[in-house]
This record gives sequence, C-alpha cells and structure tokens, in this order.
Amino acid sequence: MTTEQTLTHPTSAATPLSPNEPIVTERLTKYYGRQAVVNGLDLSVPKGSVYGFLGRNGAGKSTTIKMLTGMVVPDCGTARVLGEDSLALRPETRARIAYLAEGHPLYNWMTVGEAVRFTRAFYKQWNDRLLERILDHFELSRKARLRRLSNGQRAQVSLALAIAPDPELLILDDPTLGLDTVVRRDFLESMIQIIQRQGRTILFSSHILGDVERVADRIGVLVDGVLRVDCPTDVFKESIREVVLDFPGPPPEFPPCPGLVSSRVVGRRRELIFVGFGEEHRRIAEGLTPAPLSIDVIEMNLEDAFIEYTRGPRRSLPVFAEDEPHV
Amino acid sequence: MEFRIDAAARQPIYRQIVEQVREAVARGRVAPEERLPSVRELSRTLVVNPNTVARAYSELERDGLLNTRQGLGVFVAAPKIELTKKARKERLFEILDRLLTEAVCLGFTADEVAAAVDDRVKRFQWAPTESTS
Repeated sequence: MTTEQTLTHPTSAATPLSPNEPIVTERLTKYYGRQAVVNGLDLSVPKGSVYGFLGRNGAGKSTTIKMLTGMVVPDCGTARVLGEDSLALRPETRARIAYLAEGHPLYNWMTVGEAVRFTRAFYKQWNDRLLERILDHFELSRKARLRRLSNGQRAQVSLALAIAPDPELLILDDPTLGLDTVVRRDFLESMIQIIQRQGRTILFSSHILGDVERVADRIGVLVDGVLRVDCPTDVFKESIREVVLDFPGPPPEFPPCPGLVSSRVVGRRRELIFVGFGEEHRRIAEGLTPAPLSIDVIEMNLEDAFIEYTRGPRRSLPVFAEDEPHV
Repeated sequence: MEFRIDAAARQPIYRQIVEQVREAVARGRVAPEERLPSVRELSRTLVVNPNTVARAYSELERDGLLNTRQGLGVFVAAPKIELTKKARKERLFEILDRLLTEAVCLGFTADEVAAAVDDRVKRFQWAPTESTS
C-alpha cells in the first residue's frame, strides 16, 4: 500500500563544487559489516543555511557527520567540505570548521579556563571577546572543573569553544540531546546569533522537531541510510498531508499511487498520508466505490509529519524537487 | 506588537507570523506607520530562523500590509484598497457563506448569529464609513 517517492528541492543552480555549498557529498557510502549504514548519499548544503539533519536512531546521521569531519573513511563516494576532500582537509581549512560531537566530550580534569587555553592553541584565529560574552551569558566560571558541570553547562562550554575561532561552518551532532528546555532555548538563541553573522553555515542533527522547525531553513531526512527528503522546512511541512475519507460502510481499498505514504482503516474511515496531495489524488478518492461521504485534508505539524514519514520499513516517500524530478 | 509562535502547531511558523500581523492590523492593535521589529530583532526574540521571518514579512508586504523602508525598518502600511468593490464583495460573500453553513450545522438561529456578529464587530478596527470607494 505504499509507494517509493522522493521529496527534494533543488538547492541551487550552482555546480556541485561551487564554494556556495560548504558541504557537498556524492554517492557517499559506508558499510558496517554487510549493512550499508549510509547509502549513496548526495547531500549539498547551501552557504548561509541552517540544515536540519534528521532521521531515526541508527539512520546513519552520526556516521555521515563523522565522514564529513574525516573521522570515518567512506567505503565509496566523496565528501567535500569547504571545497576540500574530507579525508585531506588542510589544517587551515579544518580551523574554519567547528564540530560538536554528540554528548559534548571534554577533558573532565580541566577547568573551563584550562579548556579554553588548551583549545585556543589549535587556532590562529580566536575571538576572545565573543568567548567571554558567551561564558558570561551562561554564567560559567573559568575556575569551574568540567567534571562538576551539568550536562547543560558542558554543552554551553563546548558551544563557546566551538564558536570562538569564528568558524564558517558548524557541524553539530545532536547538540541539544539531554538538555532541559531552558538550556535548549539558550542554545538555539546562540545558533540564531551565529547565522545572523554573514555567511555562516550550520548543519545539525536533532530529534527535537520543534527546535528544527524554529531554526532550520532546510531539512534532510535519512531513512535507513538513504536521503529521502531534502527541501526547505516549510516545503516538507506543507507537502505532508493526512487525508481522511469517511464512508457509509467498510472503506474500500485505496489504489497505490505516487505520493501515497501510508493507508490505514479506522472504523468507517480510511486515513491516508500523502506527500503532495493534489487534484489527481482527490479524483481517485472521489472515484472510489462506494464514494466517500467526505474528504478532509488535514495539515500536520513537523513532528507528526516526520513520524508518519519515517515509520515502518518502506513507508517513506522521498521529498525532493517541486519542479525538478530527483534523479 | 507581541508575537507568539508555537513550533508544535500544524501551521508553519511563517504563516503564524503573517496571521498575527493581519489580525493585529484588523483589530487596530497596530496603527499605520507604526514600526514593527526588524527581521533580525524578531528572529532573535522568537528564536526562529531569520529567513522564516523574512518570508512572512515579504508576504505581508506583497499583500500591502507592510512597507519596508531601506535603513529605517518595517512599518505598517496605510490601508489601501486595490481590489474593486465587486471583487471584494464576492470574496466577503464566499467567506460569509462558509461561516453561515457552519452556524446552521451548529444549530444556531439567524437572530443568534446576527447578535453574535454585532457583538464581535466591536472588537475590530473598521474603515470610516463613506470613505470607501
């Protein structure tokens, strides 16, 4: 009852290697054993955007991020970051990239001040005033031992250390994981401030869809290692619709068609999830026997849309181009 | 004006901003020539991507509700009527018919609906009578 379909949206007319795309991957693939955890990933993140990288646990987000930062070697395909191959990033280029690993690993025996001095030694460019402002804003003492800090404070220290070299590209692996609502909001505010500085690009993975909707321009959804959605956040949200058909008796089958993600019967209703519900779908619904008594098209919030889209083995229907078929 | 957005709502964030400005204008909570927060400011206070705010503002500008003045900011536009009276009437009747259908289905009488409309009308900012073309 499901159809494979893709929802993507052309990033730009620029060539894949143009500096307008700080991250470009081509057919990026990684196997763990016989299983492809990342499978033929073609990703391009436009300069100045905040890209929300989504997927369920084990979908391949962290592995992708580790390939982008050169920590995992792809089995096939390439990743270019700031125009250079991710496996041969020059130190100067690396210094323009900030990476926040999942869980904010830090050297626990250091104090905040020691961690600052330690990290600073790796960079030519270092914005002390910015760092001070962030530490003050979060009320972090330089004398505090990292070991004694809460999860939220550790996240704040890592973010401060990541931003201080004034990076062009930030890659954040689930940066708000385990943080309380207030700290998360602070963290998002910092992200907004970063993108308001010209030309900064952020790719972040997250499971909190409300956060993603607030700050991401564009989202990509990985399902079982395959990029199934790549488009502006609003386009995704506006593409996914729940369609409820009411029948006088037991609902008839709904024929498979492009755009149909899932279909289920609840009493005398058939509930369908579509990507890009259009006139053609409506005509199919109206042509069913018996004809539905009513056809309700319901908007979904990002979280529900994501759940419907990614649940089940083959339910996903790719969301890419509005005006250009994804190849 | 105060904005409130709900990231868990079904309505996209830019739509929420658009609707809130439209409503504030219709209810007279913001006056023509009043300055609204800039894209930057609103993005920071609401903690949403600046492009989302920009999209809402450009939609409102296209609909003639806002003006952006280079270097000065975003202002509520003076009301300006671009559609013909006939076109506006058609649109109004369309919306009224939808509302009345619901009211009938909910079991209200015509008098009850008229009284409810009379009551709610007071909460909005109306164009002065006689002045419309």
